[in-house]
Amino acid sequence: MQAATEQRGWLREKFSDLLEDRNFLGFLLVIPAEAILLIFLAYPFILGLWLGFTDTVIGRKGNFIGFDNYVSLLKDSTFWLVTYNTFLYTIVAVFFKALLGFMLAIVLNRDFVGKGLTRAIILLPWIIPTALSAIAFWWLYDTTFSAITWTLMKTGLLHHKIDFLGDPTNARISLIVANVWRGIPFFTIGLLAGLQTIDPTLYEAAAIDGAGSWKRFRRITLPLVLPLMAVITTFSTIWTFGDFQLVWVITKGGPANATHLFGTLSFQRAIPGGHFGEGAAISNFILPILVICVLATFKFLRRED
Amino acid sequence: MEEKKGLSRREFLKTTAVGIAGAGLASFPLESVAQKGVEPLQIMPEKGAVLRVLRWSVFVQGDKDLWDKNTRKWEEATGCKVMTEYISWEDVRPKAAMAASVGAGHDMVLGWHDDPHLYPDKLVDMTDVCTYLSKKYGGFEPVCYKYGINPRTGRWIALPIGGPVNCINYRESWVKEAGYEKPPSEVYEFIKMCKKLKANGHPPGFALGHAVGDGNNWTHQWLWTFGGKCVDKDGNVVINSPQTWAALEAVKELYDTLIPGTASWLDPHNNKAFLAGEISATTNGISIYFAAKKDFPEIAKDTNHVNMPIGPVKKPTELHLFNQAFIFKYSKFPNACKHYITYMLEEEQAAPWINAMIGYVGPSLKAYKNLPIWTSDPKITPFRDCIANMLWNGYEGPEGVASAAAMAEYIVVDLIGDACVRGKSPKEAAQIAEQRLLRYYKKKVSVPKKEAPAPAKKEAPAPPKK
Repeated sequence: MQAATEQRGWLREKFSDLLEDRNFLGFLLVIPAEAILLIFLAYPFILGLWLGFTDTVIGRKGNFIGFDNYVSLLKDSTFWLVTYNTFLYTIVAVFFKALLGFMLAIVLNRDFVGKGLTRAIILLPWIIPTALSAIAFWWLYDTTFSAITWTLMKTGLLHHKIDFLGDPTNARISLIVANVWRGIPFFTIGLLAGLQTIDPTLYEAAAIDGAGSWKRFRRITLPLVLPLMAVITTFSTIWTFGDFQLVWVITKGGPANATHLFGTLSFQRAIPGGHFGEGAAISNFILPILVICVLATFKFLRRED
Repeated sequence: MEEKKGLSRREFLKTTAVGIAGAGLASFPLESVAQKGVEPLQIMPEKGAVLRVLRWSVFVQGDKDLWDKNTRKWEEATGCKVMTEYISWEDVRPKAAMAASVGAGHDMVLGWHDDPHLYPDKLVDMTDVCTYLSKKYGGFEPVCYKYGINPRTGRWIALPIGGPVNCINYRESWVKEAGYEKPPSEVYEFIKMCKKLKANGHPPGFALGHAVGDGNNWTHQWLWTFGGKCVDKDGNVVINSPQTWAALEAVKELYDTLIPGTASWLDPHNNKAFLAGEISATTNGISIYFAAKKDFPEIAKDTNHVNMPIGPVKKPTELHLFNQAFIFKYSKFPNACKHYITYMLEEEQAAPWINAMIGYVGPSLKAYKNLPIWTSDPKITPFRDCIANMLWNGYEGPEGVASAAAMAEYIVVDLIGDACVRGKSPKEAAQIAEQRLLRYYKKKVSVPKKEAPAPAKKEAPAPPKK
């Protein structure tokens, strides 16, 4: 009896010693967070990777087939078209989001009446659920009922209806515009926060030295917000590359796959098409590209430091 | 007195019979369409069964009202319970597939097209139910045998219900203005009429975007009616053929008459354009007419329907969404599921149901074509024959993963789109489609050893000879 009590005391002592150890306590405290990450992030991620190496079809377990899915995709003209679409969509959309977002941030950084309200309104496209804004764009781009076409025709600027989504080039431009509209606030608000951290005395000193507004922008503003710009651009690139909702609601990848992205093609082949393995393989193609993107950003930031 | 739980077999049969007779008298006083003297189906639902049923959410409200009402009647008659989950029709496939994969979920699914053929060995044999209903209601339409029977075993794995079927919806006054009493049933004459409609400022419109139902249905029909097809009986890709080229030449002529923008049309576009008076003709279910009767009576008065035009093959080759019920083997209540779905398709329930939808779901059982609803309004009569006129997805090949994938990839829609919108020659367009089809039809789908299919049973019921 006494021995048991002694042993319990010893255990308690040992445990409280362990709790004093910062490393052990730290490990203990992050277990819940780690568990959530493992279950909800790592597991589906690894499962997705694994599925890409199998011939799993809907309703049936598959077998390991190595790189067969990837080899077959590389021979598929639709996949190459989708790769082209995804790069085009991402590069053009992120460029315009960065450019317009930065310009807007500079304007909003100035003092004017209603500054607070304007900043709040700017955030709206980012706050509205994408599915809703996608439906709004779907109506705006409708050949028969488009408010854009209607306005242009009523004002006499146009005499025929615009085929926004029926023509491959028009459809790509339309989707990029919708994506840019949605993504600008992320750049604007992020860069605005960066601009506000720049010490105003730097501008004053430069002005005294005779620097004009272009020179002040080139030599002070740009270098100071560049690291932040790199991080925001990386995030935006990742999201744009994996975009799904806008495309799926507005065109479902049509016309003739001209607007399919990796995300939509992966879904189409895996779920309605039933080929889980191939769908997963398409998603897996995104991974190395995004890893390169993130590594490049880190390298740039380290150089900045 | 303690309430008695459940019913004995005798009590149960008595109760249901009374319930059925009562309902029949109240809602459908006309002559029965059922074959008399068919031996009743001897299935006893499991005591206290609670069924989870997955089905597509309704296109027309009358469907849900009557479906739910009939379900409540079955619950009262059997003491069992049904929990129906209505979801968007495009989401039924992934949810059902997930259930098949993990071996848990809904007991019964009302799914689409090739669904049962994606996991045939995970489904309960429905041969008893199908044989009984077939005997009692004049047999199934020919396409049902292709959709419902597992070709490897010859057994029914799904009960064909029918489908939200499509016809040519047209504006009578504009068609008359073009010099036709109704749209011609011959395909080249049909194109001529479309040219006149366009010249009069009332172009037609057919969805050529990635529209799951409206795009796939009419483009497959168009290809088949010229004798083109994706695959032959053995699943060999035969799309690159003179028949396909002829179909593409003809469809280019048709496309020139369409309202601009159809290349981007998804499923809702043609409904909106028709109701807005922008187009004179389109392919759609009865939902446009249903909506017009409610909100646009003038358009409803001027709207009429005909079956799809027929080309050189000289027989109907329609494709429609096709719905069937299947039960998973993991279900604890397979008998209750069978009993429930049989009850729902018995005349006493099915007739008022089809009635309430004013014919939205074309019936799979031939006897239901004799219901008075189909002739009560001549404008709905063409929808009656659609299931009889249809072929199956993946015609003329086998049902399965390849046919499902080919449809999901919109290969036929894009084939037509390539020729019409993107300036490809018929041969080029057919070659592109051929390459895309080969990815699925050449690919062998390996079956894990544990899940290898059972050998064919001998007592397989033969489909009727055409």
